[in-house]
Amino acid sequence: MSVRPNIRPAGHKPPFWRDRAKRALIFQLILVAVVAAFLIYIIGNTQDNLNARGITTGFGFLNNTAGFGIGQTLIEYTSRSSYGRTFIIGLLNTLLVGGLGVLAASIIGFIVGIARLSPNWLIAKLANAYIETFRNIPLLLQIFFWYFAVLRTLPSARDSMAFGEVIFLNVRGLFLPEPLFESGFGLIPATLIAAIIASIALVIWNRRRHEATGKRLPAGWISLALIIGLPMLVLVATGVPITWDVPELRGFNFRGGITIIPEFLALWLALSIYTASFIAEIVRSGIQAIPHGQTEAAQALSLPRKLVLRLVVIPQAMRVIIPPLTSQYLNLIKNSSLATAIGYPDLVSVFAGTTLNQTGQAIEVIAMTMAVYLIISLLVSMFMNWFNARVALVER
Amino acid sequence: MIHNKEVIPAQPAPKGTIGPIAWLRGNLFNGPINSLFTLLGLYVLYLLVVPTIQWAFIDADWVGTSREDCSRVGACWVFVNARFNQFMYGLYPSSEYWRANIVFGMFAAIIAWMVIPRLPFKRWVAVFALLAFPVIAYVLLHGGYFDLPRVSTHRWGGLMLTLLLATVGMVGALPIGIVLALGRRSNMPIVKSFCVIFIEFWRGVPLITILFMASVMLPLFLPTGMGVDRLVRALIGLTLFQSAYMAEVIRGGLQAIPKGQEEAAAALGMTYWKRMGLIVMPQALKMMIPGIVNTFISLFKDTTLVMIIGLFDLLGIVQAALSDSRWLGFSLEGYVFAAFVFWIFCFSMSRYSQYLERKLNTGHKR
Repeated sequence: MSVRPNIRPAGHKPPFWRDRAKRALIFQLILVAVVAAFLIYIIGNTQDNLNARGITTGFGFLNNTAGFGIGQTLIEYTSRSSYGRTFIIGLLNTLLVGGLGVLAASIIGFIVGIARLSPNWLIAKLANAYIETFRNIPLLLQIFFWYFAVLRTLPSARDSMAFGEVIFLNVRGLFLPEPLFESGFGLIPATLIAAIIASIALVIWNRRRHEATGKRLPAGWISLALIIGLPMLVLVATGVPITWDVPELRGFNFRGGITIIPEFLALWLALSIYTASFIAEIVRSGIQAIPHGQTEAAQALSLPRKLVLRLVVIPQAMRVIIPPLTSQYLNLIKNSSLATAIGYPDLVSVFAGTTLNQTGQAIEVIAMTMAVYLIISLLVSMFMNWFNARVALVER
Repeated sequence: MIHNKEVIPAQPAPKGTIGPIAWLRGNLFNGPINSLFTLLGLYVLYLLVVPTIQWAFIDADWVGTSREDCSRVGACWVFVNARFNQFMYGLYPSSEYWRANIVFGMFAAIIAWMVIPRLPFKRWVAVFALLAFPVIAYVLLHGGYFDLPRVSTHRWGGLMLTLLLATVGMVGALPIGIVLALGRRSNMPIVKSFCVIFIEFWRGVPLITILFMASVMLPLFLPTGMGVDRLVRALIGLTLFQSAYMAEVIRGGLQAIPKGQEEAAAALGMTYWKRMGLIVMPQALKMMIPGIVNTFISLFKDTTLVMIIGLFDLLGIVQAALSDSRWLGFSLEGYVFAAFVFWIFCFSMSRYSQYLERKLNTGHKR
């Protein structure tokens, strides 16, 4: 190998703009300077504007009395509560619709996604029609549809639709009976927890035994029986210590029971149905991403069909499914902010809407609202990174 | 060796494996559970389709001028008919519709030219679309030049505004997205962290808070007394939001290019911008097109959110028309019409993106 002769005399340095490290440094310094100048400009303008409008900055307003009512509150709230309390109420409402939306969207999405791959031609086509319809219509339009075109046109409280004389649906929402727990009910959650712990232990023991001896019990079914059966048994043994508070029509509205406001129903339905169409596509492509050779190899080992699915296809499909699935969950939670368009009291509607309008503290309110969503996003993406690192294929 | 010189003539397929009945048996009624599912599916289909057709076509009223022309048994398309121009152009003065129509027509022609593979001079059409068309569209729509009467932006609306928001947001987001994606892959720590923070910030918050921010906080950021048009505020918010998503799509495309390509270009002595502009980007861009179309579809659907900050896009104008006291109670018709329009656009775009994916995939199939 020939050595390239050194053309330059020793001690000669290239000019600094040809030196990659120095160039990078200068470039980055310029960037920092530009960004800093931009921020100073914005902050200066903002201060001028705030002074001109007579708005004092700071988070002191959070302790002031809010003075407005909220339609759905999970914790105690009156119009004498503080603005800080409205933030908590809004956050809880966002998390409620987000959590229930994630649950419903997953269930519908997995069913439709699997139906999309069904050997039954009609079922596959129906699932496809579902996906193509709901994916291609804006979510806000779907929310409006459910709220204004469906739920707002329901009959009034007097002519509500009744389901078995305990559940009522009318223009004011869905009225469900509320379980009232009497003394002695505490035993049932305790049994449930014990059953869950026992099933986890059973599954672990079963796996160890399977690896050691090759024998296995149907642990899944036994656990299911434990988790459902034991609390039921205790429930019956203690004489069913539950009474139901059934909603009743008094005057123009129902009293008692649990009231689910139509805003919640519309938002929840639209979010679940819309997101489910995306989840279904993710599930379908995840299952299809598994090479057919995997199934064939598993069959060649004479694994029964059920185990082929459970031990070979599903674990590999989940690796493909979970990252886009979590980002859909994140989208659902962010999309729940559309609540403000129909007046469901979520974080954006209550806090970035009413509170902002009443106090005028735009910067603080918007910053707090954005911070909430950013923290949720960061937590989810931290989970994603952890999950990806855990399940990533180790190649070469 | 035994062999037979006679060629056995081809036999027809066994009976019961071809024809519609065999197809039915194979795809719909193979096994009791599948048959049950088929019957269930047919029942669901019957429950959904028959009343819909009854409502939307058979019992519907199509012609007329007021709500008295509707029987209220089926859909009242008279409402949509009466409001059609508003749904398309918003509050744009009707004497000036021709200006919007020219812009619509040019836009459609450009799209068609870019989409149909056989047509030549794609590069020049793209240059025209990016440089000349926005100016022409602005002059035509806004007016104030060449004796065209001014139409201020608060009168813009309907489908016109939806298309405008989506296209401008997209075209504005593309260059920002490219810069952000390159910055995120850069070796310079400050540039990289700046880009990561920028991208993750916009991706982490809902669009609606960005629009709120653009409409409430942007006026605070600018010097006192300097107002910004409401439409421009929404566009700034949409563009920044979209650029973060675009950056991630572009980053995905860049990652798909083998590192050897860039290294080979560097070995030829190319500078960074030449490596990117001549070697990496042209290859990556091809792979990115389906992803870009997909983000465009979501942007197109997300433009409906501007109605929350008081702009009248297609959904906003439909919603406004529904509260007209002369036409109360036709919300279903209004929403179905808007949904249909959105669906046509989004569905054809997603089909196009799938077609591109298939077309571009051929070379890389393993």
